[in-house]
Amino acid sequence: MIPEIGQFALILALGLAFIQAIIPLLGAMWSREDLTAIARPAATGQFVFVMAAFVVLCHAFLNDDFSVLYVATNSNSALPTPYKIAAVWGAHEGSLLLWILILSTWTLAVTVGSRSLPHEFAARVLGVLGIVSVGMLLFTLLTSNPFERFFPAALEGNDLNPLLQDPGLVMHPPILYAGYVGLAVPFAFAIAALLTGKLSQDWARWTRPWTTASWMFLTVGIALGSWWAYYELGWGGWWFWDPVENASFMPWLAGTALIHSLAVTERRGIFKSWTLLLAIAAFSLSLLGTFLVRSGILVSVHAFASDPERGLFILLLLGAITGGSLTLYAFRARYLTVEGGFRLVSRESFLLMNNILLVVATAAVLFGTLYPLFLDALGMGKISVGPPYFNAVFLIPMLPLAVLVGMGMHTTWLRMSGEPLRKRLLFPAGIALMIGIIFPLIIFGQASALTLVGVVTALWVIASSLLEPAKRLFQKNRSPMPLTRGQWGMYLAHMGVGVFILGATVTSSYNIETDSRAVPGDRWQVGEYELYFRDIRRIEGVNYEATEGEFEVWEGDQLVTILRPQKRVYRVQTSPMTEAAIDVGWGRDLFIALGDPLGDGAWSLRVQIKPLIRFIWLGALIMAFGGLLAIMDPRYRVKRTQEKDAISKQSLETA
Amino acid sequence: MTARQNRMILIGLVVTGVTVSAFLALQAFEENLLFFFSPAQVAAGEAPTDRTFRLGGMVLEDSINREIGSLTLNFIVTDYTASIPVSYTGVLPDLFAENQGVVARGTLDNQGGFIAEEILAKHDENYMPPEVAEALALSEGSQTP
Repeated sequence: MIPEIGQFALILALGLAFIQAIIPLLGAMWSREDLTAIARPAATGQFVFVMAAFVVLCHAFLNDDFSVLYVATNSNSALPTPYKIAAVWGAHEGSLLLWILILSTWTLAVTVGSRSLPHEFAARVLGVLGIVSVGMLLFTLLTSNPFERFFPAALEGNDLNPLLQDPGLVMHPPILYAGYVGLAVPFAFAIAALLTGKLSQDWARWTRPWTTASWMFLTVGIALGSWWAYYELGWGGWWFWDPVENASFMPWLAGTALIHSLAVTERRGIFKSWTLLLAIAAFSLSLLGTFLVRSGILVSVHAFASDPERGLFILLLLGAITGGSLTLYAFRARYLTVEGGFRLVSRESFLLMNNILLVVATAAVLFGTLYPLFLDALGMGKISVGPPYFNAVFLIPMLPLAVLVGMGMHTTWLRMSGEPLRKRLLFPAGIALMIGIIFPLIIFGQASALTLVGVVTALWVIASSLLEPAKRLFQKNRSPMPLTRGQWGMYLAHMGVGVFILGATVTSSYNIETDSRAVPGDRWQVGEYELYFRDIRRIEGVNYEATEGEFEVWEGDQLVTILRPQKRVYRVQTSPMTEAAIDVGWGRDLFIALGDPLGDGAWSLRVQIKPLIRFIWLGALIMAFGGLLAIMDPRYRVKRTQEKDAISKQSLETA
Repeated sequence: MTARQNRMILIGLVVTGVTVSAFLALQAFEENLLFFFSPAQVAAGEAPTDRTFRLGGMVLEDSINREIGSLTLNFIVTDYTASIPVSYTGVLPDLFAENQGVVARGTLDNQGGFIAEEILAKHDENYMPPEVAEALALSEGSQTP
């Protein structure tokens, strides 16, 4: 009975989503406040019902209700409780419900955060979010109902895919989705602006925190996915240019461009239609990502569904939303007025270049991701595009971007002459060149040109980001103006970019990777470490059995650590799983994965030493933290309360 | 400089940048395209001999053969129309096994064998790479006209 309540709640949510989608938009068009006032209660009610459906599904998982098909296929009574919760979004139907839950959570946040906005505008924003919600709810109810019954009920469930039984995977989908789906908010703001036909600098100020917030989640979500792939997929890579990874990375690139162009629109009132286009593009890429991942046309750990009906539905949804908004854009964007131009040496032109380079990178990744799918769909052969393509097309625009970032941070709006800029940047540039060339050579003994370029660029970005904060911290008496939280956020996020580049460059340049054959008792040298294969034995886990190797890692006559990589076989889904053992360190990770038995007691092993790999995820976290600081800038809130005061004063006066 | 000159410089830079990067991107793309061939296609001489491609099929039963004392492994990939011997040195993915679908990336040697640089297998015991499924279906169709 309880699962039916969940389904009923979803149907009610759909009804409310229809109301939220239609009535406020009509009300805004006819300037009828009685109609626009429906937006908030409808959105709140929708959230309540979606939440109820989600709780019901969690309940079914926690109570092992194997009469529900989705639970029976993705859970098992022996599954540890945290993974039962994670299993709720461990496959297609449940992850779609999570998508919708997150959308309605963002919508709820907008109903609260938009109280100070003009009434009609807020109604339009909520109406557009309602349209998106209708589409996704219809998709769930018509093609992927998570509450479908299974008769007679199964005695035992088929278990969660062992790959997903991992703490990283408990967090990765909700956070990534929060980012993906959060881009619906700037999208809705953009559509509302197009419908109104007006785009003020205030509009950009309202949109910025939402964009940055979803970007922040997207950043952390992608980093978590990369971290998980690193230790769980077993082979120590951190980014594979897999189409599914690209699907999450493209909205990130477009979102990053959007954050920067919003800055220009807010401060200078230019780039208006470009900003709108980016907002539409970022959300469309999110939907495209959902389509790629959920339609089953891609093959990967993420591709749950292979029902062509689902793929078709979501493709139609993508076409309707993207096509509809681009049509609206084509008719309305030219009415937006632009105030003033800008000079060659100014923050505006640096941000313009940032946008161009990011869009070029997005386009290149998009091309490499979609081209094989098109060829396949047209029956023109099966191809795939290798990582070297993506590495090349990503580096070409990103390297100049990183160099420009270091300069752009110190430019001013409108115009500035080159001289003070050059003076200011001489110091970080010098430091970056000196340390960046000397250090790799001292520590690693050799360096390719590309490595040196990467390290110098990384240090350049870091040094340039730290310039202003360092001034504030160390020469308190002479510092001109304290930095705003927004500026702290910007410097920090850019420093994160530098830290990421440093990690990525050093890891890919100085990574030691060996495949070897060993029997217990063997000793051998990898890099500066000596490995000793002590033992191998069988062990029992909660819901798996494993073969566990034991390795001593020595550096000289010092025991560094003992690593125990496993080869697991889960009891229900009997596929083997490699659990790598990793000795984590700031300077380097030491990674051992157990391969297969080779006969005669010998095993194949993969041993890797990955210098500075932690900097990759650390950089992403610093970027996200910078975003958090930027959102907390009082500018976004103080003005709101002022507006509110102004409005309430006005209403008092009119009363 | 006038504002107009400024703008022209900016536009010029942008256009040059985009053209150069598009050219380099297309070149990288061309070099890194990996085509997929089934054993039947390789046997018919359709696969290139001078560049990397992906070969997919089933691992033939009883065909896995390890060279003693090394990490090298020989096996046969088949679509039940033709069979190609494959050799690979390194650690295998978890789901590599006889009678399982497999995709290998590598090149042909001059004796008609395939030297794999990488073996891909999917993390699901019932999984069949779609390329392999299609190749097998085609091969079945040609055997039972």
